[in-house]
Amino acid sequence: MKVTLDYDACHGHQSCAIAAPEVFGADDIGNAVILVEGEIPAELEAKTRRAVGNCPEHALTIED
Amino acid sequence: MTTIDPVIDPTSDYDIFDPQYLLDPFPTIEQIRQSSCPVAHTERWGGSWMPTRYADIVAVAQEHDVFTSRQILVTGPPDGQEPEGAYAGVAAPPISSDPPEHHWHRRLILPFFAPQAVAKYEHITRDLCNELIDRFIDNGEADSAADYAQQIPVRVIATMLGVPTDMSDTFTGWVRGVREAGLVDQEVRVAARGNILGFFFEQVADRQANPREDDLITTLLNSEIDGQKVPVEYVMGVCNLMLVAGVDTTWSSIGASLWHLAQHPEHRQQLRDDPELWPAAVEELLRAYAPVTMARIVDRDIDFQGCPMKAGDRVLMSFPAANRDPEQFENPNEVIFDREHNRHVAFGAGIHRCAGSNLARLELRVALQTWLERIPEFELADPSTVTWAGGQVRGTRIAKVKF
Repeated sequence: MKVTLDYDACHGHQSCAIAAPEVFGADDIGNAVILVEGEIPAELEAKTRRAVGNCPEHALTIED
Repeated sequence: MTTIDPVIDPTSDYDIFDPQYLLDPFPTIEQIRQSSCPVAHTERWGGSWMPTRYADIVAVAQEHDVFTSRQILVTGPPDGQEPEGAYAGVAAPPISSDPPEHHWHRRLILPFFAPQAVAKYEHITRDLCNELIDRFIDNGEADSAADYAQQIPVRVIATMLGVPTDMSDTFTGWVRGVREAGLVDQEVRVAARGNILGFFFEQVADRQANPREDDLITTLLNSEIDGQKVPVEYVMGVCNLMLVAGVDTTWSSIGASLWHLAQHPEHRQQLRDDPELWPAAVEELLRAYAPVTMARIVDRDIDFQGCPMKAGDRVLMSFPAANRDPEQFENPNEVIFDREHNRHVAFGAGIHRCAGSNLARLELRVALQTWLERIPEFELADPSTVTWAGGQVRGTRIAKVKF
């Protein structure tokens, strides 16, 4: 599983980083950054799905 | 005291200051949402439209070219023109800004509010919460709204702005002047605005004469856009926004969450049993008790969901309504800490997402954690004496608890 971020759609809610802090973080203005390169480790998949489902701007997409 | 005419049909005559609506707006919102007209209209308080479905409210928030921020208060002059006279050029950037200026108005302040930047306020917030609880813990009772929730954000914001925290009661009075009494009385609002801007005019002049290290106002004054120092009106406007937007919002959220926890021992137990739930619990309380309703001004005549909106019309974005829409949230009136998906919009959506959201979350979490550590068991002393503010910002104002 991979996750992609549409940075222009992100408005810095940080909902993703709250749900999955191992996978998402913040840049200097508080917008999302993806901390994991490539495949999401299996043990973080559930958290990552929750994070994607919490984004009010639909800025995150999962690619299975 | 303002008299409110009874509301017969909220789809065509809602009143956000109706006493029943202030106490509990959700039955009215649900009635509007389920009607043939889920975008309600009223002539009251200068007239406004009020969408009640999540999708419509988020659309208004995201379509900023149609729904402008010329006026963001839920009542008042719809053209957004502040009165002539002193400080006439000072607004509340970036919340009152539209593109293209909005971009730099917001870009300059966001670094102060990123999660990594606000983390340094955690321990002062915790110390402050403990000091407040020390004052009443031996009494066996307290007003969770006035003695606790109300006291916290104003001091954190004053610390952040580098202004005297011992003026907190004065600041709180000014904020209430703008956002509570001022919504139904323009004279009160203009006077409160004058006090706030007069105060920040002096603070800005002081920083110009005596720049400080690690100081938000000094840093803003030294900021440049396209090689030019930013205007002083911008810096005063940001200070104005931080005070007016950073105080009663978070206080209302802390107060409403304590009101909820006072009535739900099972939720207190859940947080004790599983402290890892805290981040999700904070988001769920923000969803269920979103305090803020913002307004927009329609830029041009449009049809929105079958409603003929005219240029200059006001549209209310009730984030509390969005967050209780059953189309978006299963069992929306239930607080479910481990809710699977929670795309709540307590902080709005789109380019005006609340700039202070990370600080607000931190304050809400620390205020609730500290209360529950010190006062694990408590209940409302008398539910019938609880009072709520509403209109622009919804939260408890008196909520006595015993423990």
